[in-house]
Amino acid sequence: MNDMTVQDPSRREFIKGSAALMGGLVIGFYLPMKGGRAFAAEAPPTKAQQVYPPNAFIRIAPDDSITIVVNKSEMGQGVYTSLPMLVAEELEADWSRIRVEAAPVAAVYNHTAFGIQMTGGSTSVASSWDQMRRVGASARMMLIRAAAMQWGVPQSECRAEMGQVIHAQSGRRLGYGALADAAAKLPLPVNVELKQPKDFKLIGKPTRRLDTPEKINGTAQFGLDVNLPGMLTVLVARSPVFGGRVKHYDATEALKVAGVQGAYQVPTGVAVAANGFWPAKVARDLLEIEWDEGPGAALSTPKMREEYLALAKKPGAVARKEGDVVQGIKDAHKSVSAEYELPFLAHATMEPLNVVVDLKPDHCAIWTGTQFQTVDRDMAAKVAGLKPEQVEIHTTFLGGGFGRRANPQSDFVVEAVQVAKAMKAANKTAKPVKVVWTREDDMRGGYYRPMWVDHIEAGIAKDGKPVAWKHTLVGQSIMAGTAFESMMVKDGVDVTSVEGAATLPYTIPNIRVDLHSPKHVVPVQWWRSVGHSHTAFIVETMVDELAHLAGKDPVAYRLGILPADSRYRGALQLAAKKAGWGKKKLPKGHAYGAAVHKSFDSYVAQIAEVSLQNGKIRVHRVVAAVDCGMVVNPDGVRQQVEGGMVYGLSAALHGAITLENGRVMQSNFNDYVTLRFSEMPEVEVHIVESSEPPTGIGEPGTPPIAPAVANAVFALTGKRLRRMPFDRETYV
Amino acid sequence: MISFKINGSQASVDADPSTPLLWVIRDHLQLTGTKFGCGIAQCGACTVHLDGRAVRSCATPVSAASGKQVTTIEGLAETALGKTVQSAWLEEDVPQCGYCQSGQIMSATALLKEHPHPGEAQIAAAMDGNLCRCGTYNRIRSAIQRAAEMQGGAK
Repeated sequence: MNDMTVQDPSRREFIKGSAALMGGLVIGFYLPMKGGRAFAAEAPPTKAQQVYPPNAFIRIAPDDSITIVVNKSEMGQGVYTSLPMLVAEELEADWSRIRVEAAPVAAVYNHTAFGIQMTGGSTSVASSWDQMRRVGASARMMLIRAAAMQWGVPQSECRAEMGQVIHAQSGRRLGYGALADAAAKLPLPVNVELKQPKDFKLIGKPTRRLDTPEKINGTAQFGLDVNLPGMLTVLVARSPVFGGRVKHYDATEALKVAGVQGAYQVPTGVAVAANGFWPAKVARDLLEIEWDEGPGAALSTPKMREEYLALAKKPGAVARKEGDVVQGIKDAHKSVSAEYELPFLAHATMEPLNVVVDLKPDHCAIWTGTQFQTVDRDMAAKVAGLKPEQVEIHTTFLGGGFGRRANPQSDFVVEAVQVAKAMKAANKTAKPVKVVWTREDDMRGGYYRPMWVDHIEAGIAKDGKPVAWKHTLVGQSIMAGTAFESMMVKDGVDVTSVEGAATLPYTIPNIRVDLHSPKHVVPVQWWRSVGHSHTAFIVETMVDELAHLAGKDPVAYRLGILPADSRYRGALQLAAKKAGWGKKKLPKGHAYGAAVHKSFDSYVAQIAEVSLQNGKIRVHRVVAAVDCGMVVNPDGVRQQVEGGMVYGLSAALHGAITLENGRVMQSNFNDYVTLRFSEMPEVEVHIVESSEPPTGIGEPGTPPIAPAVANAVFALTGKRLRRMPFDRETYV
Repeated sequence: MISFKINGSQASVDADPSTPLLWVIRDHLQLTGTKFGCGIAQCGACTVHLDGRAVRSCATPVSAASGKQVTTIEGLAETALGKTVQSAWLEEDVPQCGYCQSGQIMSATALLKEHPHPGEAQIAAAMDGNLCRCGTYNRIRSAIQRAAEMQGGAK
């Protein structure tokens, strides 16, 4: 039974019965694997994988080294360190002997709340907090029991420490490696006692990442690095317009390129297979394809903007309704009305999408950096005409995920299996294939953060307190049309569309939040912090605006309208204190802006110090404070809040995907600009002390930065920023 | 056949001379530590050393390497400076997803070779061509400064 606290309705909806979800445990002999990792391409399937599912999180080798199988994907967020810390803490393991292995796909590795094997929603630590500690504690109890039996002493006289069981009276001690075999034969303990936080030795201590050594010498294996014997590299020419289909193609010239093996039509376009990336790329560029572009060719973001602006003035599906907002605005002492615009955003992970597929008549092996193992496996099986258990997925390191590698349609995996299938059908052979997306393919491949147009009308009373808040949001639903729709869309409201808006924390008597979810063929998807990536900007700049309307300090104003027991307060107060808000004398031409936002059950406040240099926004320093409950790895929390902030700042300053005639106008990092070294602000991350259970950390650093910067620009210029990205605005 | 030295070993490859060095390194020589990020010298993930200087291998034809010395992340530890930079990276625990880090380390090492004690502006200029989407820039700066200190010597 997991004791994860669940506050977001979005997450509560996902929870299923959890009795069956608690993973079992097997301690066994370590089975050496060639190449070290479970996903090393050259490694033959091991015994452990054949005895499927291995149903295990821990393997102890005779040499006392301990392998922890991690059922979450490592995409930079540090799960290959934080989850082993949870296990090792209760296991009383020697941290220096811990190694990590990616889990294969099996029910035992399912997410404790979501019921599928996946990584997302900033839930890895929160959902594993109880499970992984129990796994570690169970193993510790079994090892102690095995030692006690061997020595013929009561278990109560034995204790575990640094990878050994010790019997103090007799001075005897045995390493876990020597006990593992006997321990594995014992029944799982029924009553597992977990440590009190005061007794933690690892949890809460800054801990270096276990994956750093291989990430600084080139040996870390990402999907793109997988090489199988005889493997061909494939590039796919996809439609220039979303929803387009191949009408006719001519590969004559393409096939003349040395090293090219063939061209194959697949549902997404035309695939070219070659000995390596470069011949495949050269050949792909020589394909002549006539497309049936379909209705997608009529799409343009300026036209969508007009449509959205009109919708924003009309009532939509009601996401929240309290009091009488119309009367509230009528009675307001002062009021303000504004429109906001936010563009489509690409995830732009550093590693472009790629998938390796080895398709055999009765088996399909896939190597890829994915956040969505169960979904990918099932979708791949469907395409390959195999049973799910005939598909194995080897999760490599992910060169960034940010949500893109958790695709409800498994777009990149499905396409790669389709390529393998087409090649097998044409050649009667089954060479492994590596489908590689170029940066341009990746940038133009869709599954963007939706474009949003919002309208807000808000008013304050004579005492300055807000009295009415009417917020209308217009943007595509991410959940509509996916397997999650029935859970996540209620009465026309996709809860991820309005998260952070309908959950407005401020005390306001009259509130109404409406949602329009227009349908377009542009594929949309969760993008680091999902709905919060858009709502925090609007809510936190508008609250700032109300503070100025009331003639109040923006931080004091927020504290005045947050409920007394709100955890937002602690984060905001700590950030303000550390930044010297209202006290510190800033250089001439610099100003502070503040924002606080809750997402994934964590609270993050950010204070941005900003100036304008030649009309361009310069962010000098960001002081952040986070309340994410108990902290497993403080260094990891700092990395995530800082990294999340940078991701949000990139988007706030520069990020935009636009369409004309159905075509994506951006192609690469030259025109989809992301934050560079020279733009990086100084960052401080402060942690609010807490004894609450851990909450999300991968995403909550992202939402507050855009409003914090916008509010600082207002403090400097008196101009309200209502459109993202900010580099499209002028400030003089 | 195009011949060059890579990480101290002689390599001869049968590739079209216009093939980007990156793909010769990754596909022909199977050294996968050097990463593909953009293909147009915008992100720096593919940075290697050509005769000791940092170049973007995705936009460098293999013909340009003919008769020269190429160093990739796999060969970096063969020099004292390379080792120092890697240990500074370890001390600062820089990587998150890690995908850009080979390129970051190669750029940083080239910088430190030229300027053993680089100032802020020199660091920014040298590292501005290396993107990181995880936001590790401040740790990269700390690691470069630490590596400079570890090397010792006068400022």
